[in-house]
Amino acid sequence: MSVLVVIECANGEVKKSSLEAASYGSKVAAALGTSATAVAIGDVQADALTRLGEQGVSKVLLDNDTRLHDFVAAAYVKVIAKAAEVENSTVIVLSNSNIGAAIGSRLAVKLGASLATNVVSLPQINGSSFTVRRGVFSGKAFSDVELTSDKKIIAVKKNALDIETAAGGTATVENFSADLSDADFATAPKETIRQSGDILLTEADLVVSGGRGLKGPENWHLIEDLAKALGAATACSKPVADVGWRPHHEHVGQTGITVSPNLYIAVGISGAIQHLAGVNSSKVIVVINKDPEAPFFKAADYGIVGDATEVVPKLIEAAKALDK
Amino acid sequence: MKILVCISNVPDTTTKITFSPDGKAFNTAGVQFVINPYDEYALTRAIELKEAQGGTVTVLNVGEADTEPNIRKALAIGADDAIRVNLKPTDAFLVAQQIAHYAKEGGYDLILMGRESIDYNGFQVHGMVGELLGIPTIAPAIKLDVNGSTATLEREIEGGKEVIEASLPLVVTAQQPMTEPRIPNMRGIMTARTKPLKVVEPVGQDAKTSVQNYELPPAKSGVKMIPAESAGDLIKLLRNEAKVL
Repeated sequence: MSVLVVIECANGEVKKSSLEAASYGSKVAAALGTSATAVAIGDVQADALTRLGEQGVSKVLLDNDTRLHDFVAAAYVKVIAKAAEVENSTVIVLSNSNIGAAIGSRLAVKLGASLATNVVSLPQINGSSFTVRRGVFSGKAFSDVELTSDKKIIAVKKNALDIETAAGGTATVENFSADLSDADFATAPKETIRQSGDILLTEADLVVSGGRGLKGPENWHLIEDLAKALGAATACSKPVADVGWRPHHEHVGQTGITVSPNLYIAVGISGAIQHLAGVNSSKVIVVINKDPEAPFFKAADYGIVGDATEVVPKLIEAAKALDK
Repeated sequence: MKILVCISNVPDTTTKITFSPDGKAFNTAGVQFVINPYDEYALTRAIELKEAQGGTVTVLNVGEADTEPNIRKALAIGADDAIRVNLKPTDAFLVAQQIAHYAKEGGYDLILMGRESIDYNGFQVHGMVGELLGIPTIAPAIKLDVNGSTATLEREIEGGKEVIEASLPLVVTAQQPMTEPRIPNMRGIMTARTKPLKVVEPVGQDAKTSVQNYELPPAKSGVKMIPAESAGDLIKLLRNEAKVL
């Protein structure tokens, strides 16, 4: 009865958020006196999976049906349910991504499991009951939730827990098939449109974000240049997305994307409560605003009062001077 | 086309969240409750589809009597009728069971809801309803069109989007930029008063989770200010002191 970890892959590699899930799953397995098995879906090289041993995973089940390279909920759920059955798993760990939420919610019904999403802590285990801490009120608070069913599914929030790495650890990779039929792929995407070249906002360690204080889209290059110099992803506030300077998928805040990077640099964003909700689990927050009374300074670790067009070029220069 | 839109009653986005001293309850005193912003996208898109192609829009809320002002608001925006399942929505599976039961009873072609509520942030109900009904869920959708019995959608994925065609019936979750939410007009508010709002009893009480307590995140210890003239020093501090670069 191993702990089952769901591994998402893209471009041959395991996603960072899935390494976090693997590390989490191994710790839960250790607490329960069992081992962690991963089930890998998507486009991935076997040696990337072998390295999951560094996160404490002992075995990886790989379904290398190429139809699984695109996400299709019904097919993914079938693969994971089969893996859970084979492994006799009562605890399943996945990452709190769009894919994780789609799988977890269906799987919870199929297996009769309790599901906690947006989880930021390891479980307190008390007999057959687990209690986990999760983010609620869109980043404004936490709640401790008890999972009362025998089976549990835990979706781990990105960048909330450290990845434990034991160098040299290896996992054995076993081929595995859930015998999928064409019907399982009924909602397969017709077409995938990818943004080119950008660092994924939800996976980024560093984020540079701009607001109305930039005055207009003609100054957006400041955000992009600073992000490029730091190797960061770019984001924006809701007003910037609403007026169309930037696309909605870059909008960070309560009704947009929630991010929790190691560093969040906010340029020309006043810090409305809705925006803070989307960023306040960032480890370090830098605020640059010409208004010294901007509420965002209260939530910041570092602040600079000044105009973006004067301050940001100095930061770009200093960032370029850093030895990498 | 029969469309069911599921709405949650949530604290307004500007709400400062506080809890009772023992951390067991969310303080609702003085809090303005609104239709969950993600659900507003679902509701507005449903009304647009109805206006273009004919059909009906029913709103469903799982909640106690205090949610009725926001159900009336949904009717004022343009829904035709409403169902309130008289139950406090304490658990995602509990809510999903209610939705699935009444969705099945009503025989809807499309079940729409927001991607998640901004209070519980579960992002679970959509998939649970789909699984309970044995139909696909597309989440999170940023575009939705319907042609006969086929829906064409765009789903947001990390770093891009996918175009999907799926047969009805279907569960779809909405997020921006699917459409612009509407504000009710005076005529809508007047007619909403007489539109049917049916209160029904819950089916089963099978919850799978239970909230033990709440806690606010720790406050920041204070901001370190750097003069604008020496802004470049910030980068050094981020490397040497904060150790994030």
